Amino acid sequence: MSFLKINNLSVDYKMRRETVYAAKNVNIEVGKGEILGLVGESGSGKSTVANAIINLIDEPGKVSNGSIFLGDINIHKDPENIVKYRGKKVGLIFQDPQTSLNPIFTIGEQLIETIQTHLNLNTEEAKNKAITLLKEVGIKDAEKRFDNYPHQFSGGMRQRVVISLALCCEPELLIADEPTTALDVSIQSQILDLIKKLTKERNLAVILITHDMGVIAETTDRVAVMKNGHLVEIGPTKEILTKPKEIYTKSLVSSVPPTNKKIERFIIIEKENKSQSETNIKILNRWTKKEIVDQDLVQIKNLNKSFDDSFFTENSKNAVIAVDDVSFSIKEGQSFGLVGESGSGKSTIAKMIVNLFRPSSGDIYFDNVCITKIKSNKEMLKFRKQIQMIFQDPYSSLNGRLKVKDIVAEPIKLHNPSINSRDIDSYIYDLLESVELTQRSAERYPHEFSGGQRQRISIARALATQPRLLVCDEPTSALDVSIQAQILNLLKDLQEQLNLTILFISHDLPVVRQMCDRIAVLKNGKICEISKTENLFKNPSHDYTKELLTLMPKIESIYN
Amino acid sequence: MASKNLTFLNRIKDSDIYFSFIKSPTAIVSTTILIIIFFCSFFVEFVTPYNPFDPSSLSLMDAFTPPSWTEDGLAKFILGTDGQGRDMLATILYGSRISLIVGFSAVIFALILGVALGLTAGYFGGKYEMIVMRLTDVQLTVPSILMALLVDGIARGIISRELHDEMAIYVLIFAIGISEWPQFARVSRAATLVEKNKDYVSASTIIGVSNLIIMFKHILPNILRPVLVIGTIGLALAIIAEATLSFLGVGVPPTTPSLGTLIRLGNDFLFSGEWWITFFPAIFLVILAFSINLLGDWMRDTLNPKLN
Repeated sequence: MSFLKINNLSVDYKMRRETVYAAKNVNIEVGKGEILGLVGESGSGKSTVANAIINLIDEPGKVSNGSIFLGDINIHKDPENIVKYRGKKVGLIFQDPQTSLNPIFTIGEQLIETIQTHLNLNTEEAKNKAITLLKEVGIKDAEKRFDNYPHQFSGGMRQRVVISLALCCEPELLIADEPTTALDVSIQSQILDLIKKLTKERNLAVILITHDMGVIAETTDRVAVMKNGHLVEIGPTKEILTKPKEIYTKSLVSSVPPTNKKIERFIIIEKENKSQSETNIKILNRWTKKEIVDQDLVQIKNLNKSFDDSFFTENSKNAVIAVDDVSFSIKEGQSFGLVGESGSGKSTIAKMIVNLFRPSSGDIYFDNVCITKIKSNKEMLKFRKQIQMIFQDPYSSLNGRLKVKDIVAEPIKLHNPSINSRDIDSYIYDLLESVELTQRSAERYPHEFSGGQRQRISIARALATQPRLLVCDEPTSALDVSIQAQILNLLKDLQEQLNLTILFISHDLPVVRQMCDRIAVLKNGKICEISKTENLFKNPSHDYTKELLTLMPKIESIYN
Repeated sequence: MASKNLTFLNRIKDSDIYFSFIKSPTAIVSTTILIIIFFCSFFVEFVTPYNPFDPSSLSLMDAFTPPSWTEDGLAKFILGTDGQGRDMLATILYGSRISLIVGFSAVIFALILGVALGLTAGYFGGKYEMIVMRLTDVQLTVPSILMALLVDGIARGIISRELHDEMAIYVLIFAIGISEWPQFARVSRAATLVEKNKDYVSASTIIGVSNLIIMFKHILPNILRPVLVIGTIGLALAIIAEATLSFLGVGVPPTTPSLGTLIRLGNDFLFSGEWWITFFPAIFLVILAFSINLLGDWMRDTLNPKLN
């Protein structure tokens, strides 16, 4: 017996030029004691559906069609209904626990306020109820922590408080919109376990919105796949993930990096992208290809970096140590992975290698030259040319005021001052085609491209100087999973054909496994262990690595 | 996208700025007023038959004619005449030309100085930034009128008497510009601090692009929006500052009167009943400054990426 019934739901956004259908004829049912996963890429309408349930759709969007039943009541018939149900019958958990609690009230005050809004309890009763709830979501010393402010809790603990807020009025439906995306792996698994436990104990109907197929596989009973506002497929999780019927679902599942093995390439099943041929690397004939010799291209020795906020004193105690005595080396032509959670110092190391930061102490050797000791800009330019970087955020890494052509031309002109404009154009076209973009893209501005295409432009720009080392700082973490697969394929092809050396930085273990020959695991600025990829995944030696490996959500868990 | 075949005009029509412009009556009205004022001021020779600065065309017999719709008014002097028989409307338009030239030049001067200092301060940081920003703080503690009086006083001391009238307008531009640059410096520094931490700046650094090119080719176009908004509002302030200084007698010389000079001249006749000589230039100044401010307000709302 399903508790929430969404019939033929359509949500329109009337824009200036066109009407955008954020959701079109969506039918979803959720029963009590069941977790429904809602997956889809960004812009697929999964959050729109959740917002429609609680009537939180922003102007100019509106529900143009369909009905939403909670039990037997059509909650959208009467606008007053939803005000009564929001918070009481329907609980909400948002993505970012940093912003979903009000920082100037204690968590106790926030809980009591919510409880008293919906339930007829006096303050003493409300407080007792709040403390019981906090205990239920796993907060120790609930009586003491009741009077704490949100900033006194860690991210994971804060998300537990948010869950207790969502539960405080005994809701029957819980909507969790990417509840663990902002959290680290270890905390993610705790929060998901908590949601699973509460679902069973309280007989809740739960909608879990996420883009992470591993989370879907481990947590949900049924799954609904959305694309462009349409519901593509809905059914039991195991069935959808193992025997997907629709092409889109198939390609989504095949794009997920497997956690248990290393594959050569991702299989991309897309109607428009039938050709499975390898990338046509046009710049190959321009490339002065380095023969791979068995020697270290990059050597990092005892690298340290601390950040100091204080203005007056040089050696203050407040200094934050971001990188702590890190040493490793990368062989020419290899790809080396740097894995760690947020704040582990991996991006800081990358920025020191590309010389955006100077290390506090320690040396970086590139091709047996110590690049951290170079003072003159002219000398540095020779190494700038050989070390390039691809950034995480494809939206801020391209200057929106320049055409793609000018973005890619900048490094070419700088490093070949004598090149004529005809050569530049043909070089740009070759670069763009090498990253699978059309020649016509050259005349456009970055805002006309999607995230994945922008990341391709970034790669083209990085390749323009013919680098030997490519530093990729979370190059796919801002992208959807099917785009991620394409970009990773591209990077693999480029590396193979151009003999690139890659330093690949990520928090995502399955991705690193697909990309890298050797991996270093970082925690709090220190290296826990360095080992060959397969070795690391099969026989981790450090406790932290073991913890990461057991806790990461695995799509394969569905087979067990 | 089909935008490839569109002409420049169609591109403008297609843009979001144009769309928000035609949706805003305030913007349309203020722009229309400004266009009329600019046109009439700069082509004043074709707009009115009178030239208030040609003594041969003046007749003292016409002096103190009230506006045309009053009892003693004459149809040929719509807004009446002043104490020397000059047509008020023509005098105002000639005067506003001087005011606009001074206002625009002062803002451009302040903008170039302020943006150059703010951009470099935000980009390089450190001690240089501290010095520049403290300098703006000091500048902001000195009222702009006082600053302008000071500059004027020094200029009078340095420049010889004969040259002074000729130089007066440049002194005025410098004086107003120098008191307005801190606004530009602050805004462009703040915007630079945001932009320089974006990855595209890092990417250019890694490629090896020099600081100068990064600042002017990459960062400058991205910080121009807030600077232009400040610039529009600064223009209104500069015009008012010019009027104030001329009213106080330290602005443009009486031989090339601006709006401020006209108001001051008319002020002497206010109590003897000839109200129109000071009233019309004053109203004109209010309308001009108000329209510029409204346009600036609309620009701030439209160009602010956070509100879109």
